[in-house]
Amino acid sequence: MKLKLKIWRQKNAVDAGGMVSYDLEGVSTDMSFLEMLDTLNEKLIMEGEDPVAFDHDCREGICGSCGVVINGDAHGPEQTTTCQLHMRSFKDGEEIIIEPWRAAPFPVIKDLVVDRGAFDRIIGAGGYITAPTGSSPEGNSTRIPKPDADAAFANATCIGCGACVAACPNGSASLFVSAKVTHLNLLPQGQPERTTRVLDMVEQMDAEGFGGCTNTGMCTVSCPKEIPFTSIANLNKEYRRAVQQSNKA
Amino acid sequence: MVETLSKNPRVTGFGTLHRSTIGRKMIMAVSGLAMLGFVVVHMVGNLKIFFGETEFNEYAHWLRTIGEPALHHEWFLWIMRVGLIVALVAHFWAAITLSRHDVKARPVKYQAKRKGGYATTLMRWGGVTLALFIVYHILDMTTGTVNPATTNEPYDRITSGFGEWYNVVFYTLAMGALCAHIWHGLWSAANTLGWNRATTAGFRTFAVVFALAVAFGFLLIPYSVVFGLVD
Amino acid sequence: MTDQTMVGEGEFYSVGGPLADDKAPDGEIQTRWERRKFASKLVNPANRRKHKVIVVGTGLAGGAAGASLAEQGYHVVQFCFQDSPRRAHSIAAQGGINAAKNYRNDGDSIYRLFYDTVKGGDFRGRESNIYRLAENSVKIIDQCVAQGVPFAREYSGLLDTRSFGGVQVQRTFYARGQTGQQLLIGAYQALSKQIDAGNVEMHARHEMLDLIIVDGRARGIVARNLVTGELSTHLGDAVVLATGGYGNVFYLSTNAKGSNTSAIWRAHRRGAYFGNPCYTQIHPTCIPRSGDHQSKLTLMSESLRNDGRIWVPKKHGDNRPAAQIPEDERDYYLERIYPAFGNLVPRDIASRAAKNVCDEGRGVGPGGQGVYLDFADAIKRMGEPAVREKYGNLFDMYARITSENPYKQPMRIYPAVHYTMGGLWVDYDLQTTIPGLFAAGEANFSDHGANRLGASALMQGLSDGYFILPTVLNNYIGSQKFAPVAADAPEVTEVETLVKERIDKLLSINGDRTVDSFHRELGQIMWDYCGMARNDAGLRKAISEIRQLREEFWKRVRVPGTGAELNQSLEKANRVADFIELGELMCIDALMREESCGGHFREESQTADGEAERQDDKFSFVAAWEYAGEGRFGGTQEPVLHKEDLIFDYVHPAQRTYA
Repeated sequence: MKLKLKIWRQKNAVDAGGMVSYDLEGVSTDMSFLEMLDTLNEKLIMEGEDPVAFDHDCREGICGSCGVVINGDAHGPEQTTTCQLHMRSFKDGEEIIIEPWRAAPFPVIKDLVVDRGAFDRIIGAGGYITAPTGSSPEGNSTRIPKPDADAAFANATCIGCGACVAACPNGSASLFVSAKVTHLNLLPQGQPERTTRVLDMVEQMDAEGFGGCTNTGMCTVSCPKEIPFTSIANLNKEYRRAVQQSNKA
Repeated sequence: MVETLSKNPRVTGFGTLHRSTIGRKMIMAVSGLAMLGFVVVHMVGNLKIFFGETEFNEYAHWLRTIGEPALHHEWFLWIMRVGLIVALVAHFWAAITLSRHDVKARPVKYQAKRKGGYATTLMRWGGVTLALFIVYHILDMTTGTVNPATTNEPYDRITSGFGEWYNVVFYTLAMGALCAHIWHGLWSAANTLGWNRATTAGFRTFAVVFALAVAFGFLLIPYSVVFGLVD
Repeated sequence: MTDQTMVGEGEFYSVGGPLADDKAPDGEIQTRWERRKFASKLVNPANRRKHKVIVVGTGLAGGAAGASLAEQGYHVVQFCFQDSPRRAHSIAAQGGINAAKNYRNDGDSIYRLFYDTVKGGDFRGRESNIYRLAENSVKIIDQCVAQGVPFAREYSGLLDTRSFGGVQVQRTFYARGQTGQQLLIGAYQALSKQIDAGNVEMHARHEMLDLIIVDGRARGIVARNLVTGELSTHLGDAVVLATGGYGNVFYLSTNAKGSNTSAIWRAHRRGAYFGNPCYTQIHPTCIPRSGDHQSKLTLMSESLRNDGRIWVPKKHGDNRPAAQIPEDERDYYLERIYPAFGNLVPRDIASRAAKNVCDEGRGVGPGGQGVYLDFADAIKRMGEPAVREKYGNLFDMYARITSENPYKQPMRIYPAVHYTMGGLWVDYDLQTTIPGLFAAGEANFSDHGANRLGASALMQGLSDGYFILPTVLNNYIGSQKFAPVAADAPEVTEVETLVKERIDKLLSINGDRTVDSFHRELGQIMWDYCGMARNDAGLRKAISEIRQLREEFWKRVRVPGTGAELNQSLEKANRVADFIELGELMCIDALMREESCGGHFREESQTADGEAERQDDKFSFVAAWEYAGEGRFGGTQEPVLHKEDLIFDYVHPAQRTYA
């Protein structure tokens, strides 16, 4: 395959950056998208150019490191992570536009690499269940109905890649926050911190500068782990409940 | 580290809901639903026009007498109006502040062609259209300032107003915007208020049917005038 | 142990004095950890915040340790090279985590888990450590449930368990195929809370490049900020390395692309002994490589072997599509050779058998590097929906990567490097031979002997992180006095200078080969000669080729850009330089160990029917390698082998058979 790549190049956080075109030949349809970028980089290095920086690690769709916007779609045309996207999803001779996640709270560090530290700070604000090591009761002492356990799991599969933010027209982190709130607030262990968790996480989400949710559903469509849109309704419900609780207090 | 927007004081109850994005969305949802309630009653009331001029005008006058004698003449209407203005202002304030916040969250746009997410744009521009329409509509039908009718009777205003082609066109456009606004806004409000069945296919279909019904109900009147069913 | 000369001794290495763990108490194994804990020194809670503990790595071991130490009140300074502590490669573990809960009432016990692990490790692990691991397994589940890890549950609301490779009880707890992810997120959330509270100073996108030793004790590290390139020195009272395994020495492995040996290799070069470097686990069911562009290999869960049948054509070079090969021309070789266990033989056996049939020229797919894993019978027996229900996500993943439909044609699989049992040598307190330097999780050598059982890696990482490190660090810190280390102390500045020089050197070569090309070449050498089967001649060849490669690397590598920016080529170059040195040591270790055990198969040491043969009289020891400086051959100078004799008081070594 022969491709025409248009890639966002930006030397560092303060550089203005811009799109640069590259022609790449000899791309196999069996390559993953990142292997295609590897091939380009090997070529660039030998030509004395700076290779394209991009985040990646496990390359099996679970660590959440990778993620670029491909032809306007977060993670590209398939609903999976960028590392699990293969070149057979593209046509020979196609022009591919590759851009970093775009959101104020995700500033570009270099080329396609962005800083997603905001997600860590949101989790730190309340996305946990306090259970200091050594303090835990016997695992089976609290039963959890299977539907609750399954729903908690479905939300806990979020890999924190940030595609939801990248895909949202408002750069909103609602899906990410809702997945964690839903996961933890569904579990009996999560009850004592149920109220403060959602208030603290939303407060941090706002402070980071993520946009608000306008219910476009673009996040769910691009989520490689298929976090359901109803999680956002659940976030809102938990929020409403928490505000009501703090009203009483 | 990203330069964060200044941290608002914490939300401590419904009184401080406006401090967070979700809180503002809830304000937008509640005010939107209140206005939607009015719109539905307004639309149903309008349909009385098909029972003839007398009955319609009587209905319009009766609206001013609701609550009497406990309330003074037209007080009920004024209470409603104040309520609507409050809802409208809250709705607008939430929309504007949230939109500005949202735009700030994506300072650099994508170069690739955008795919989807048009609902937001539609809501924002549709909202502006509706605002302009409301102003015109009040000048047209409530105060009669721009209405060609020679009397102050509601029936006369309607038939005269919709006798002008531009009114029909503008009214149709506005009802299109209203339809789109309800279409997305109804289930969106339900979602924002945390009703977890808001996004089910069933409820979304209901929202579509509901939005179309409201718009259709309103449009029956101008087109009845145009086609001479009401004159 | 007899004192005869070992193969390669004097030529590639020398033999030093014996080594022993002096921390585990003697006597009854059931109470050793209890007694060790009671004998440990404590640190007054009010004093803990005065002590800084450096933790490198945020996987299960590092994340759990960082959170637990901070909860105790220590000031933790933690590092990870990824952009967030949530991304460490523990996240990719699929299957589950073992725990001797005996919820099934099927006869499980701590002792049985201990027994299975010693045996599964082919009697090359340390009994005291393994018993403690089994003991802690029970508490791990409680801890994780309390944190909100959504383990699979039954309709009763109780925790579900399933069976896993090579054991007869159902003791594996799981969260669908994402157990590692869920456990890691649990630890990450606990860590995040401590970061938010200011008890953990987290440095993401930082890579440790060297270790600082003052007065013989580990007192700090030098790290590079991967965004700005800035080198920074971090001093503290103890250093914990929880930096994972080194499977990426093979270039192609199931490890994450960033997984590397640099932290433990740098520590090794500063005096920490390296235990059993040649013990590598090769997982039988991975998706074969599709071409030279391949950058990593993807594991398909072992559970597939429950219902899939493995075969190759009987005829050499049979290129017909699978469907056109009639039943009587297929060789279901595992069922043929191991009728008792069939397709469910342990990982090392299954991997070697696949290699053998491919070496015979009967492999399938591109390059003949694959065997079929066929679900046709299972689909006929259970129906496609049932197969989909059980394995759907794996089939989808396979289809996405290969664009073949595994419901219609058999999967192609091939073994791939998956886990390294070797690592820094540690005593019972997880302390390396450098006082104050601790190693946890896959980074140490301790608990899995020569072969790790499925669902045991997660258990070990969390046992080390949540339960062992907090205790042993209390003891270490409580029994020492710490004078502050000056930032300009010669021990500090010397290391800083060396790190800087090395980076400058890498950037200045400006040769004609990319870092990846060296990494691929190293991987090929390692795979060919130090992979699934090893022999004397091959290992000698590998050592000489690696030495050449190392020389060439330092002459011809091209690292573009500067050191003062995000420079992924430079990061890779640093790691590959260390992998080359480690690769040599792995080959030397493999050459020395003239027996077959677990993942280490020496062709010279096999039974008449081709099975691995252990030689307990000669090799019942842990090989702990001491670094001896730069060598004459451009490699490291002949390392020194120290033997830790393995003593089996409880589980007595026996040869494994599966036929």
